[in-house]
Amino acid sequence: MADIAFMLNGRQVSATAPEIARLSQVLRETCGARDVKVGCDAGDCGACTVLVDGEPVCACLTPAGRVAGRQVETQSGLAAHDPVTRRLADAFLAHGAAQCGICTPGMMVAATALLRETPAPDETQVADALGGVLCRCTGYRKIIDAVVAAGRNVIGADTASGAVGTSPRRLDGAPKVEGAERFGDDVAPAGTLELRVIRSPFARAGFTLGDTDAFVAATPGIVAVLSARDVPGQNAFGVIPGFEDQPVFAEAETLFRGDAVAAVVGTPEAMASFDPDRFPVTWQERPPAPTPASAKAEGAALLHANRAGNVMTGGRVFCGDPDAALARADVVVEGEFRSGFVEHAYIEPEAGYAVARDGRVEVHACTQAPVMDQEALAKILGLPMDRVRVVPTAVGGGFGSKLDLSMQPFLALAALKTGRPVRIAYSRSESMASTTKRHPSDIRLRIGATKDGRLSGFDFFGTFNTGAYASWGPTVANRVPVHASGPYRIADYRAVSEGIYTNNPPAGAFRGFGVPQSAIAQEVLFDELADRLGIDPLEFRLLNALGDGVPTVCGQVFAQGVGIGACLAALKTAWDRERADAKAINGAGAVLRRGVGIAAGWYGCGNTSLPNPSTIKAGIRADGRLFLHQGAMDIGQGANTVIAQIFAEALGVPLAQLALVGPDTDVTPDAGKTSASRQTFVSGNAARLSGLALRAEILRHANAGEGAKLTLGDGFIEVADGAGTRRIDLSALPPDGDGYVLRSSETYDPPTRPLDGNGQGEPYAQFGYAAHLVVVEVDTALGLVRPLRFVAAHDVGRAINPLMVEGQVHGGIAQGLGMALMEEYIPGRTENLHDYLIPTIGDVPPIKTIIVEVADGHGPFGAKGLGEHVLIPTAPAILNAIRHATGARIRQVPATPDRVLAAIREART
Amino acid sequence: MTLTRPGTLSEALAILADRPLPVIAGGTDFYPARQGRPLPGAALDLTGIAGFRGIARDSAGWRIGAATTWTDIARASLPPAFDALHAAAREVGSVQIQNAGTVAGNLCNASPAADGVPPLLVLDAVVECASVAGTRRIALADFLLGPRKTALLPGELVTAVLVPDPPPGARAAFRKLGSRRYLVISIAMAAVLVATDARGRIDLVRIAVGACSPVARRLPALEAALIGQHLGPELAAFDLTDDMLAPLTPIDDVRASARYRRDGAAELVRRALADLAETPDG
Repeated sequence: MADIAFMLNGRQVSATAPEIARLSQVLRETCGARDVKVGCDAGDCGACTVLVDGEPVCACLTPAGRVAGRQVETQSGLAAHDPVTRRLADAFLAHGAAQCGICTPGMMVAATALLRETPAPDETQVADALGGVLCRCTGYRKIIDAVVAAGRNVIGADTASGAVGTSPRRLDGAPKVEGAERFGDDVAPAGTLELRVIRSPFARAGFTLGDTDAFVAATPGIVAVLSARDVPGQNAFGVIPGFEDQPVFAEAETLFRGDAVAAVVGTPEAMASFDPDRFPVTWQERPPAPTPASAKAEGAALLHANRAGNVMTGGRVFCGDPDAALARADVVVEGEFRSGFVEHAYIEPEAGYAVARDGRVEVHACTQAPVMDQEALAKILGLPMDRVRVVPTAVGGGFGSKLDLSMQPFLALAALKTGRPVRIAYSRSESMASTTKRHPSDIRLRIGATKDGRLSGFDFFGTFNTGAYASWGPTVANRVPVHASGPYRIADYRAVSEGIYTNNPPAGAFRGFGVPQSAIAQEVLFDELADRLGIDPLEFRLLNALGDGVPTVCGQVFAQGVGIGACLAALKTAWDRERADAKAINGAGAVLRRGVGIAAGWYGCGNTSLPNPSTIKAGIRADGRLFLHQGAMDIGQGANTVIAQIFAEALGVPLAQLALVGPDTDVTPDAGKTSASRQTFVSGNAARLSGLALRAEILRHANAGEGAKLTLGDGFIEVADGAGTRRIDLSALPPDGDGYVLRSSETYDPPTRPLDGNGQGEPYAQFGYAAHLVVVEVDTALGLVRPLRFVAAHDVGRAINPLMVEGQVHGGIAQGLGMALMEEYIPGRTENLHDYLIPTIGDVPPIKTIIVEVADGHGPFGAKGLGEHVLIPTAPAILNAIRHATGARIRQVPATPDRVLAAIREART
Repeated sequence: MTLTRPGTLSEALAILADRPLPVIAGGTDFYPARQGRPLPGAALDLTGIAGFRGIARDSAGWRIGAATTWTDIARASLPPAFDALHAAAREVGSVQIQNAGTVAGNLCNASPAADGVPPLLVLDAVVECASVAGTRRIALADFLLGPRKTALLPGELVTAVLVPDPPPGARAAFRKLGSRRYLVISIAMAAVLVATDARGRIDLVRIAVGACSPVARRLPALEAALIGQHLGPELAAFDLTDDMLAPLTPIDDVRASARYRRDGAAELVRRALADLAETPDG
């Protein structure tokens, strides 16, 4: 330990800490600068960027002792005092450049250094300066725009009214750009006990725990060890009823590299020097089943005794007579398509803390599904629900993986066992090794068409590698057959899926639940069909697109709201121009070749034929203040703002008058999970209903008519209509337990019908639709693919907040681009962010978003969900563009340079 | 846990002679290697040593101090023979990494994919090492022994990278191949240094390729074949035979296949040559 004296944000400080400790750790834990975010501890993500004597460095790579006598600046200090950073903060909010906000400190600090040296940078200078900070939400374009705008000092004023259809700045944005946002690792008091999980180093292994009591007794500062015997309730969890097959701690055998067997709790000092290799456990490595083929092979060991053949479950949709239709088709194309594990790679690793008090346990952690967490924790802990409280922190990206429990059970068990607060932040490698992934897929598909361009038969079989535990695998198995058709009319259709257990990390929910994988096969083969038929690929899609009154492959007929035709039509101008340009540019023998690709997608919003209600509550206090209990997790996508806009519009008051409460399972009713593109649609409807109910209550008190104008005042509400103006004296009304004198709480559950054995029924109340166009440049000598620009048309029914629609589109495209070109998770090999590559600021080209609004009768103000639609067409559009440029047929993603080059060579032979 | 920050080289060497300690320069390899693991109880920080940082010119050539960062290189005004090193400096990791990571650290870490090595190989760089026993100079090609292995002895520190005066008129180019724009570990990279005679024919050429062998390698047969060739855009199609690429022994890994690496390296070399053809003297 040493006293390290330095200037922190203009203030002289002295930190008592080991000089060799990472500066990030010392700034956060000793100096309280929790605005310095830790995403990787390896210099790969840049979230911890700080300025040392004005130069941006990764605090995680800087020995704390080295800053003695120097100036250190972090986001919170810069945002408070530096006019350049304040301008950046304003620009980030105006452009929607902060979504979840976890990368925002790194981005803004790096951008501050740039603007100090280069006051009005261009886009390339911005990208060069910010290339060391990863963002997984925004797709970077809004960040580039914000920094360029801040440099030129052309930042639009915040003039949006907040009404539905306008783009007010995000309601929860200020803390994100000021360094005040509190994520999973930012809420525990310094000095809190820390937890480390002991995990299997092998894909499959038996194990024996040694004398853990002796280990605790012999190791100073270690307070407790937890293992399966410490689980008072059910040592199993999962998200789908009947598939709760993942233990908190393995009992006899670990089923994947990263499976937990025990946890160690100790003081921060003890945990800093704790070496997991010293933990008393012996392993017996056993042969794993690394692939579905090996797991299905005769004699393969069963991962779960009740799942014969290691088959988790499957799904099926069948209509018409696909075999006969394929037989009579004039043209049939087929292919086998493969994809690997994809990592969510949010910049915030799973983190939180738990505290036991008053006979209850509270878990403060990042999550997408607080009430599901609460239910599952209650079962694990053997406690009634009301003795478990989940208080979500801000979430630094989720994309599906934070729907599942990760660190929460360990924390809750440890807090209850030790009686003291306990915290954990997963390391990057632990996060990558132990949490869910996108399912690898192996898809066989045949599609036929007749000469007139009509689809004639579709036969799909998809094997999905679900890893060691079910997680959301059943959802993937169910969703894929429903969606594999794409948004097209296919009368003769068979789609079968199977989910297979393997000794890999559990594959779960990831933006699209298997649909991005199946869309690659379907949309790529559509281009090949169109080619064979001599029909323009866009015309071919338009010809077969679903429309109002046309049945889906599930036999569901939407009388209204089918927007795929409008999305495709919206691309027509760009399509014609870009294809003509590409033709003109591509000279014979040129190494660089340009291609233009298109693909479409659809996605059913909400759970598949299952209830998924949301409840939104609101109240007005005697003093006239209005509160919205908003439990729909905002993981960066903007639910806090969008739900509030819908509620305010329905109630008929300005958005600015509303204050948000929650999320907290003690105070916010269940608004369901943030997944399945359901929050705008389902929770949005609950908010609309709640707004309408509160309005009706107010009108009743005033005995006023429907169209009355409401004005919230200090202790009163003024209600004005044609009959005059009345004033409700709020102090005269009795307050309820929450202090509300007027209140509402409404629930919405989308109307669906069950699917029969052939997958026929009404799986969703609404679908959203999308079509992407991409222009790529392919380096045919090196196999490098550079997307030059995207045009993305999305039918969102009604854009509640158009800026946030663009934010979703940009972020989805960046993830789709990563899936298409660079991302593949290999257990044990790519457990960091330099071997597992996600797009950087230099990899995402300009994106033009075309918002299509084909109103949906079920959606709030016509709105449809959007969260997953945004990445479904991206990867197939890129593959189609590569083929257009070079003739290369890519059947496997990611299309890494070596795979692309090999495919180009194959196409030439 | 202590971090010793000596102010002089002799102090640092005395400490190391006393007991082996992990050393930290930029920290850009030190900390990532210890993610999720305890930090060592003690280490030696080299960045406080007087005279360790900066680029100096003397009668024999150029001296790049061991604590010189990539940003220092990128901002330095250097002759055209350093253009490959200059370009590599802007491609190492990110601005944050370039501000901390050092040239000498890049060599000592001895990654097969170290971006700094090919540009320094074509500069015929020499590594200066010191211990209490004295100073020795080792050609860079002899300093790097294999992945994570160098000729550095216990108790020894790299004090500088020395670059002899480049041949008059020499110019250099660097090409790096990766799967994304920033923060990317190279699949392959190539550095080419050339000088031409009065008629534009190559009379000196050095070519080094990285990430395609345990340590980056020069390609002598290719160099020999290029002598006397006109340095023109036609080199973009120069045929690189197996013999010329023989020093390369690429492997399959998560970034690329061996075959792709080999073909890619050859293409990078051609492009670097073409780059130099497009930017003739003056």
